[in-house]
Amino acid sequence: MHIVVLMKRVPTTELRVKIASDGKSLDLAGVEHVVNPYDEFAIEEALRTREKQGGEVTVVCLGPAEAQKELKTCLALGVDRAVLAQDAAPARDSASAAQALAAVLKTIPHDVIFCGKLAVDDQNYQIGPRLAELLGLPVVTAVSKLDLQGDRARARSETDAGSAEYEVRLPAIFTVEKGINEPRYPSLKGIMAAKAKPVTTAPAADAPAHLTQLRLELPPKRTGGKIVGKGPEAVPELLRLLREEARLL
Amino acid sequence: MGNAVLVFTELLGGAFRKGSLEALTLGRDLADQFQGPLVAVTAGEGVAAAAPSLARFGVQRVLAADGPAWKLPAGEATAPLLHEAVKKTAPVVVLFSAGTAGRELAPRLAQRLDVGCAVDCTAVRFPGGKPEIVRPVYAGKALATVTLDRPPYVISLRPNAVTVKERPGAPITVETLAPGIDLGSLHAVLQSVAERPVGRPELPEADVVVSGGRGLKAPEHFKMIEELADALGAAVGASRAVVDAGWRPHREQVGQTGKTVAPQLYFAIGISGAIQHLAGMSSSKCIVAVNKDPNAPIFQLADYGIVGDAFEIVPVLTAEVRKLKRS
Repeated sequence: MHIVVLMKRVPTTELRVKIASDGKSLDLAGVEHVVNPYDEFAIEEALRTREKQGGEVTVVCLGPAEAQKELKTCLALGVDRAVLAQDAAPARDSASAAQALAAVLKTIPHDVIFCGKLAVDDQNYQIGPRLAELLGLPVVTAVSKLDLQGDRARARSETDAGSAEYEVRLPAIFTVEKGINEPRYPSLKGIMAAKAKPVTTAPAADAPAHLTQLRLELPPKRTGGKIVGKGPEAVPELLRLLREEARLL
Repeated sequence: MGNAVLVFTELLGGAFRKGSLEALTLGRDLADQFQGPLVAVTAGEGVAAAAPSLARFGVQRVLAADGPAWKLPAGEATAPLLHEAVKKTAPVVVLFSAGTAGRELAPRLAQRLDVGCAVDCTAVRFPGGKPEIVRPVYAGKALATVTLDRPPYVISLRPNAVTVKERPGAPITVETLAPGIDLGSLHAVLQSVAERPVGRPELPEADVVVSGGRGLKAPEHFKMIEELADALGAAVGASRAVVDAGWRPHREQVGQTGKTVAPQLYFAIGISGAIQHLAGMSSSKCIVAVNKDPNAPIFQLADYGIVGDAFEIVPVLTAEVRKLKRS
């Protein structure tokens, strides 16, 4: 089985945002990058799929040359090969990113494509659905349980009000939800083996952007900070403030 | 493109969803600005019968695909339907609520139309007819203002970003919309839907949220949080630490790798306030924190704080809230 997993390099979730001098992007000085946390679940699901079904796992990343580090992490986890669609642009909109990823996916065989349900930096939730349209494949989003049988899959999608089960014909795209599995850590053996695994690098395809970021700002700072009191004795005063000052309840 | 505003409107349990009504409320204002009609497109069993009720929100035209085949969420069937609706109405703006269906359908439609898409937005304006859209990024640690280069402008709205307002007056027409594809040929077929029993509101849409953290010491103590939530008619949330520990399901996680919420009132109980959690709730209108550590970062953010033991404070709070609700 040809298993592909898409990975994005993002700033760590511990990030403290500083705005760059252009007023519309993140100041990247000193910012640590990691594999997008939702993609960690996608990588784990890809590895488990290979363990059950056989085949090979290819990780594809659209990103800068520095993403070699995160691709090595994926290889150390057990992914067989890595493809870097190297991008000079600092950030693409989802339309442009989906086109560049589709261009790569058209050149490599794929029975299943996994990715995180969103990237935690620009929070777009768009790549899976856009690729479904571009490649003419079915997509199930926010998958919390997946059962593959031959060329069919049963996928549970987490929805606003509960969950939905889909029967899917492969090839298909699955965007994964946190909690679908418990991602493994790289082993020492895996880290050693990663050194010998191939990373193919090619320039990412150009594609027009349709969304432009005009400004990036910090949210209005909360002033807050009124301690009502200590212990249960403070509860009546809290409720009075919520009713009379905040006009709630 | 024309000057219509098209809104994807979802039916759940016989009523149109709050998030959809929020999108219609924004849609009505934009339709006034563009001096065009407000059009709703909707799919699902029973939508034709429910459609006339949308007149209350100033909807002038409804395109309805009714029937059991239209069980949502099912993007593969609904995306072509929305494409049909766009062809019929030539809208300048297409709005969604950023829930499960909207998250899949907005980018699918945008891809079909070869346009951009701004998702999970908290403010949408069109100064001089051009979009200026605010959307939280980095889990709310920053706000991006973005624009889209050409119409139709496809936008999804974060739940709770707009207050629902009724605007009756215009006459409404309901038309049947035929599916653009053979529903028997789908590659992903919906088998079943398991909806949680209606009781507590869903986290992103709730007006009040009560969240618990590691300060509760054990999963069984969340009963206390649930009781306070039920007294308030609130949703239950949780910090990442307790979700990772397996005390609570992931769908309740508030923060960077969970949900971002912006309720009227947010209670943080036994949550110290790691930056990942703060990111997910700091745009709440009013924050109340209960924590035994007076130096916990959550107090920097909270409008009102009580320092002390949650095990002593929360039961008293629940009892007082119940008394208040009865009076």
